Amino acid sequence: MQVMFLLMTMFPEWILSHGAASLVVIPLILAVLTALNPNAKLAWATVLGVTVLCVFTSLGLLLQITAHGPIHYNMGGWKPPLGIGYYVDGLNAPILLLISLVAFLCTIYALPSVAAEVEPKKKGPFYAAFLISFAGLLGMVVTADAFNVFVFLEVSSISTYVLVGMGASRDRRALTSSFNYLIMGSIGATFFVIGIGFLYMQTGTLNMMDIARVLQDIGSQDRVVRLAFAFIVIGLGLKLAMFPLHMWLPGAYAYAPSFFTTFLAATATKAALYLLLRFTFTVFDPSWDFVATAIMILLAGLGILGMLAASLQAIFQNDLRRVLAYSSVAQVGYMLLGIGMATTLGLTAGYLHMLNHAIMKGALFIAAGAFWYRFGITQVTDMRGLGKTMPWTMAGFTVAGISLIGVPGTAGFVSKLTLVRAAAENGWWWAIGVIVVTSILAIIYIGRIIEQAYFQPVPELKGKPVARNEAPYTMLIPLWILALSTLVFGVNAEWTTSLAQSAAHVLDAGPNTNIPGAHEVMPVVTGGH
Amino acid sequence: MNGLLEHFNYAVVIFLMMLGLYVVFASNNMIKKLVGLSVFQTSVFLLYISLGKVTGGQPPIIAEEDLHAATDGGHDVVAEGAHQAADIIYSNPLPHVLILTAIVVGVATLAIGLALVVRIREVYGTIEEDEIDALDYERNLEGAAK
Repeated sequence: MQVMFLLMTMFPEWILSHGAASLVVIPLILAVLTALNPNAKLAWATVLGVTVLCVFTSLGLLLQITAHGPIHYNMGGWKPPLGIGYYVDGLNAPILLLISLVAFLCTIYALPSVAAEVEPKKKGPFYAAFLISFAGLLGMVVTADAFNVFVFLEVSSISTYVLVGMGASRDRRALTSSFNYLIMGSIGATFFVIGIGFLYMQTGTLNMMDIARVLQDIGSQDRVVRLAFAFIVIGLGLKLAMFPLHMWLPGAYAYAPSFFTTFLAATATKAALYLLLRFTFTVFDPSWDFVATAIMILLAGLGILGMLAASLQAIFQNDLRRVLAYSSVAQVGYMLLGIGMATTLGLTAGYLHMLNHAIMKGALFIAAGAFWYRFGITQVTDMRGLGKTMPWTMAGFTVAGISLIGVPGTAGFVSKLTLVRAAAENGWWWAIGVIVVTSILAIIYIGRIIEQAYFQPVPELKGKPVARNEAPYTMLIPLWILALSTLVFGVNAEWTTSLAQSAAHVLDAGPNTNIPGAHEVMPVVTGGH
Repeated sequence: MNGLLEHFNYAVVIFLMMLGLYVVFASNNMIKKLVGLSVFQTSVFLLYISLGKVTGGQPPIIAEEDLHAATDGGHDVVAEGAHQAADIIYSNPLPHVLILTAIVVGVATLAIGLALVVRIREVYGTIEEDEIDALDYERNLEGAAK
């Protein structure tokens, strides 16, 4: 705590008073400048600067809320429910930090990766689209206005379609994958906005806390409210790749430029999962029978199905990035299972796994991009001898891989153990069985890759074994930062667990009807008063 | 029957919504899919606009006489003007504003979708999904273990 207060004094005043808004505004404004910028190096430097700024801002916000409680920010000084409010609490502050950190590490990695995969004259717009996608994700997480969520959801999605399609210079299937993602993503977002429309119809307000307050008066028997809940859950389910709605994900992850796949895999589904948590637990009331049933049957049930089916599919893929993509669907299943238990421990486990999974998948996809960068490899069967030709990259991949399996001493183990404890506490013994089975399946699909890399001979080229060709430092550094943090958070999970616990407390408290403005912690911008 | 007439706009919304979704799922042609998606999104615009309708409400524009009364006259007239304004029922303008944003989003989605279709046509020479799958059949097999 002492350290935190010391750190807080280091942040300038504006970060603490306007941080929530600047997280969205800074990337959006600089995206325009980046798009107009003909110099690719300068465009990259702009992105790096923005991400560093966002890391500091979100860290400042996180320290702020741990010390002083939630932050309400009124956009333009207009008080909610009339104005748009931004809201930061224990549930979304860690996700803001996660998205910013991953974006920062990805940007370092982007320097060689984008140079290899994107045509030179398209680099400026490429970075601009990335900044827009980044701003959209942050906006989705930070806003407390239900319609604003939809706008940011689409801002990030539309730029994502563009960026996935940019992978076409490497593999033409990026175009069809992007098209499929566009169709399914738009249907998901439209379902979400239909749900928001029904909520507005019944409550007459768009501010999340105000909706929660009015919903408490309406009660759980209202059919329109139930319908709204169904539309919102399905819409967000599409976005977060809930098991049968995940069909867009493998293609998008496999054929997007490696840099963007890393960012997408580590953050996009997490932001959508956060929204699902926010809506089911703090806008609707988890004690209502239809919400409780949906959480238990739909989220936990589909989570279990996803864990099994997607893990099995991952085994039968030969494209490395498709293996990792199906594994992502399976890992979303773990998170949904934890959330589906709806107990404090279960929610902690789900949230913790969300944070840990972002770190592990980030590292794995960075390594996968590095293999392509050096040798043009995408298939698992081509990975023979990579342990000798790219030892540091492969070692980073292996560390993140064993964390994904859940070997003791890694972050993946901590979150899986918490999940098992939560299941035992709930008496869901069959769920523990499924966790063990899917971990064994993970051993198979990750082990298959590690076996190829370390126990197969180095392939020969013109009679000589392929020479050692390590990835550049700009790739190795972000890879190892992520790989080492899986080890650090595996040995000492105090910090990540405390973040997950504070998020679980927010969810446990049920509907948040605290109308902003009534209990302002931070001084709000003056203007509209 | 009476209920249907009262909720005529919702019947239209539901019909368009189902029609759009069906076209997205059933058609093989990428342009037709995008048309279906647009119809689906448009049905949501209509749903929101229907929400803004207040029975007996007039467009949410403050009548000019009332404004003049409020600015020109003394206290009595202002009070009278305010009184009159309270009597008038206005429709809810907020859904219209929301939908203005959603229309922009829809246009952007459609533009990106059409741009992708153009690129797909250039690369594959077709925009029928089954033909594209057939063209990529060999490549897709690489994705499965041999």
